[in-house]
Amino acid sequence: MEHGSFTDNSAATFSLTDKDHTIANAVRFTLNQDPRVTFCGYSIPHPSEAQVNIRVQTTGDPAREVLKDACQNLMLMCRHVRCTFDKAVEHFKASNAVKALKIDSQDSSGDDSEESE
Amino acid sequence: MAEGAGEEKKKFSIWDLPDVPMGQLPPHLELQRSRVSCNKDAPIHTESIQYSGAYASMGIDNSSRLDLFSNNFRVEVVRLNEDDIEFDMIGIDAAIANSFRRILIAELPTMAIEKVLIANNTSIIQDEVLAHRLGLVPIRVDPRLFDYLSENDQPNEKNTIVFKLHVQCKRGSPRITVKSDALKWLPNGSELVKETRNATSDSSSKPEIYTYFGCSQETVPEFVKNPIIPKYPDIIIAKLGPGQEIELEAHAVKGIGKTHAKWSPVATAWYRMLPEVVLLEDIEDDLAEELKSKCPVNVFDIEDLGKGRRRATVARPRACTLCRECIRGDDWEKRVALRRVKDHFIFTIESTGALPPEVLFTEAVKILEDKCERVITELS
Repeated sequence: MEHGSFTDNSAATFSLTDKDHTIANAVRFTLNQDPRVTFCGYSIPHPSEAQVNIRVQTTGDPAREVLKDACQNLMLMCRHVRCTFDKAVEHFKASNAVKALKIDSQDSSGDDSEESE
Repeated sequence: MAEGAGEEKKKFSIWDLPDVPMGQLPPHLELQRSRVSCNKDAPIHTESIQYSGAYASMGIDNSSRLDLFSNNFRVEVVRLNEDDIEFDMIGIDAAIANSFRRILIAELPTMAIEKVLIANNTSIIQDEVLAHRLGLVPIRVDPRLFDYLSENDQPNEKNTIVFKLHVQCKRGSPRITVKSDALKWLPNGSELVKETRNATSDSSSKPEIYTYFGCSQETVPEFVKNPIIPKYPDIIIAKLGPGQEIELEAHAVKGIGKTHAKWSPVATAWYRMLPEVVLLEDIEDDLAEELKSKCPVNVFDIEDLGKGRRRATVARPRACTLCRECIRGDDWEKRVALRRVKDHFIFTIESTGALPPEVLFTEAVKILEDKCERVITELS
């Protein structure tokens, strides 16, 4: 739900239901990074109700478009995080498998030397 | 006329001076932007300067575009076990890291026991206490294979898991402890029958049952390899004395941690910023020994300089717990600086067993993406 002025659509307050700090803080962060934004912030009118008010003021672009772009950016960031994390986990598992093989071969050679003594 | 005269005047800019670094923040501002300084009384510069125009008057663009983020973002896994993972996320902001942590704790779905149908309970543990304890037992099953059960749905094999617990302590035998491995999985659904209050019901009418399983859950290939059991077989549920009996059926459904903590898939998930310990001046000899003995986690080390002189170095800054022992006392604050790097997070996730921890994190990121999509569709 957008509360703004009919004449000037560069500043508006968006009231979203069923949202909380999880999504609101993340969206506010990506909004701040956008150079078209002059002011952005969010507030939660009452903690018992799951409602968030996000205020966006821009340098002329319609506030709705800027908010949509910020959400898109956040989605792309999340996808990149997921990709990088998966690659890092795979890399870690692969390097650990190599280390386990090396330790096994060292152990077996150590046992042999003990037996010979 | 006046403008013409202004253009002819030579413009002097501070950036033309030879020793001012162009396009970069001066070092003290860079410190303010990227580090939290943990002083003796309180940390300062804790907020992250996200506003894209924060340094506009200096000609520096603070907006982090997606390509810069993609280039600088790194993940390094430090430890990965069956149950927990510790990894570093470098180049991300606290807002996003906190969103991941909140989703991991409260919004990842799991299966947990919700309805307990008690046929017989003569133990000293009350019914509701027993039901509460059963709800908290973690179940080793992938919650992505199940659907949510809403009020209008009938419980069937796609949204319910049925367990049975029937333990009896015979008279004359010693007291027994009921552990979670006594919970037996019923892949064919509930065996109990609903009581019909209708006195005029004829014997030919079918008795109502609690779950409507179309096919046995054993036919699903994942459950053939890994039957559904509680993750830990040694969780004490109740204790029975001689002559006491517990007979019950427990139905597990899918839920999220926001509704009740039993549905939280993590024991806990937390992050901390990477600590940075900097020696502002050279610390030698006795002072070095004193510094090394002060730290309870051995962050500092002594290195020999030769000729009997020793110097203190920072060996393990990552282990620092920020107890601030090294800056307690006179003058130590001038010698040691404790800082935290604002965009380097050490994440630790401990899973309760439903899903492996690296899968949990991937699912949490997917859920954040879904939330963004929902916001976008609400706006359009």
